[in-house]
Amino acid sequence: MPVAEILQVAAGGLLMGLIYALVAAGLSLIFGLMDVVNFAHGELMMLAMYAVFAIWQLTGADPLLLLPVVAVLLFGVGMAIYRGLIARALSVQFNRGMVQIFVTFGLAIFIRGAAQFVWGGEFRSVTGHWLADRSLNLGGVFLPLPQVAASLVCLAAFAGLLMISRTEFGKALEATREDRDAVALIGIDRDRIFAMGWGLGAGAVGIAGVMLAGFYYVGPNVGASFAVIAYVTVALGGFGSMLGALVAGVLIGEVEAFTAALWEPSLKQVGVFAVYLLVLTFRPRGLFGKM
Amino acid sequence: MDNAILRRRKREVLGGVIVLAALALLPLPIKDVYTQNLIIITVLFAGLAQAWNILGGYCGQISLGHALYFGVGGYVSTLLYLKAGLPPSLGLFAAFGVSGMLALLVGWPCFRLSGHYYAIATVVVGEIGYLLFLNWDFVGGATGVFIPFHGESWAQLQFKTAKLPYHYVVLAFAAATWLTAFLLEGSRWGFAWRAVKDDVTAARSLGVNIFSSKMAAAALSGGFTGMGGAIYAQYVGYIDPDSVLAGHFSILIALPAVLGGVSTLWGPLIGAAVLMPASELSRSYLGGSGRGVDLMLYGGLIVIGALARPQGLVSLFGRKDDHARIA
Repeated sequence: MPVAEILQVAAGGLLMGLIYALVAAGLSLIFGLMDVVNFAHGELMMLAMYAVFAIWQLTGADPLLLLPVVAVLLFGVGMAIYRGLIARALSVQFNRGMVQIFVTFGLAIFIRGAAQFVWGGEFRSVTGHWLADRSLNLGGVFLPLPQVAASLVCLAAFAGLLMISRTEFGKALEATREDRDAVALIGIDRDRIFAMGWGLGAGAVGIAGVMLAGFYYVGPNVGASFAVIAYVTVALGGFGSMLGALVAGVLIGEVEAFTAALWEPSLKQVGVFAVYLLVLTFRPRGLFGKM
Repeated sequence: MDNAILRRRKREVLGGVIVLAALALLPLPIKDVYTQNLIIITVLFAGLAQAWNILGGYCGQISLGHALYFGVGGYVSTLLYLKAGLPPSLGLFAAFGVSGMLALLVGWPCFRLSGHYYAIATVVVGEIGYLLFLNWDFVGGATGVFIPFHGESWAQLQFKTAKLPYHYVVLAFAAATWLTAFLLEGSRWGFAWRAVKDDVTAARSLGVNIFSSKMAAAALSGGFTGMGGAIYAQYVGYIDPDSVLAGHFSILIALPAVLGGVSTLWGPLIGAAVLMPASELSRSYLGGSGRGVDLMLYGGLIVIGALARPQGLVSLFGRKDDHARIA
């Protein structure tokens, strides 16, 4: 494999990997906060993509301009899911672990059905926007601009999450994560923190969805394929670790890109899964998970 | 064992015999093929969910990758029939063996993981199986395998239009899983598994070997799931990775047990009796439009069921002392 080609594959893996990382970051944040795996996480991303598609179709607005709108929208959706379903799932007396898995799973099926109801089953795409079909040439390595923009936004979102963790709210978040019962004693409203956590997690995956809509098809099942990668990313990086999500996302993007290039494109995910299982054999709680 | 437990177990055997007899008679007056099919699928999934319950319920290891055992079971019996001429009635047992072994192979790395790490690892292993079969030409790849019809025969488990023989095959299968769960509940193994589920540290201090307990539960659970897959393949006459190995099958197998009541004898059957008709009816009456109303109803039902009855629908029946046990 010539050097230029290696660089091209590596760049492609990095660009995709950063998207995976941001999708996983939202999942990891919610898990770390309250030990809940959101099996509807991919569907939240799909909702964000459809929101972009719908507003673009209606107004012709560029997806990039819609970024803040959709992020806020998803923040609200995340909070509503927490208040409506998750708070209830956490308060049950039996099989709590199982109830939360299947409540979020049922929600995923519901959202998929709702998307099909509103937009139909066919694939849609957002075309003709500002960055569409343009690419950057870095010494022979071609980088499609929509993906470059997506990666930059993902990095910025990570920086944003890091900044939030430095604020008063971030400290409350961390304290709630450490001991969800003790925080009540120092006047932290746990329920509010959890709801905000869901808002942030959904907002993060919403941002990923907006950027993805710039170069990827939109369909009712688009979330499902990204969700499996997101679970793997979170488990590989370690549940609850933001740095873990970032490193694991990029690693997975690279493994996927090189498996596709060197072996067989249709088996690219097998390479990812094999690396994941290998790492978990040595580190059962992921690369950055607390042992 | 004290008398209360013994009495309860006697009651359950009696209940088992009555339900078995009722299910054996149920299809006799029914002439309509659609309803016959619905009953067969319901009973099959009651058996599959009970198989899942052995690992996911009694042993508490929430597997979200049982589609792998189901699909592999279907492929094993089908390929043995097509390539080696082994009658599917024997292929069922080969499917049990291969899927059971596969569950051990999967369990060996995955049982080192706990909680959500385990659940996600099982999702991944299932996906790997799906992708490999999709790209494996020997097993038909994405196009799948047809089972040609060679005339009616119990050995081949092929019946032209009659549904009744299949009904008795799935009923025997579901009864076998029920009996296994019943025997486990009263055995040393069953107690060890429930200890593993409730408190790993305490179980270890009592001398329970955690790893081999999980492996034994996985082998039984995977084996029965594979057998169910083999029966399903023979029933529909055609399998491809999307119809037997896709990830949503894992959820389909687990759901009746979860909604009906995990680690209970009757939960999987009750769950299947509610879920399968609900999903089938909503699909045939509302799914045709392709507008996703069936999915919304089905998803909504899962959410509401899990929230309203976290201990399972089985808690609507039975006596108070049984509830205490479920908790």
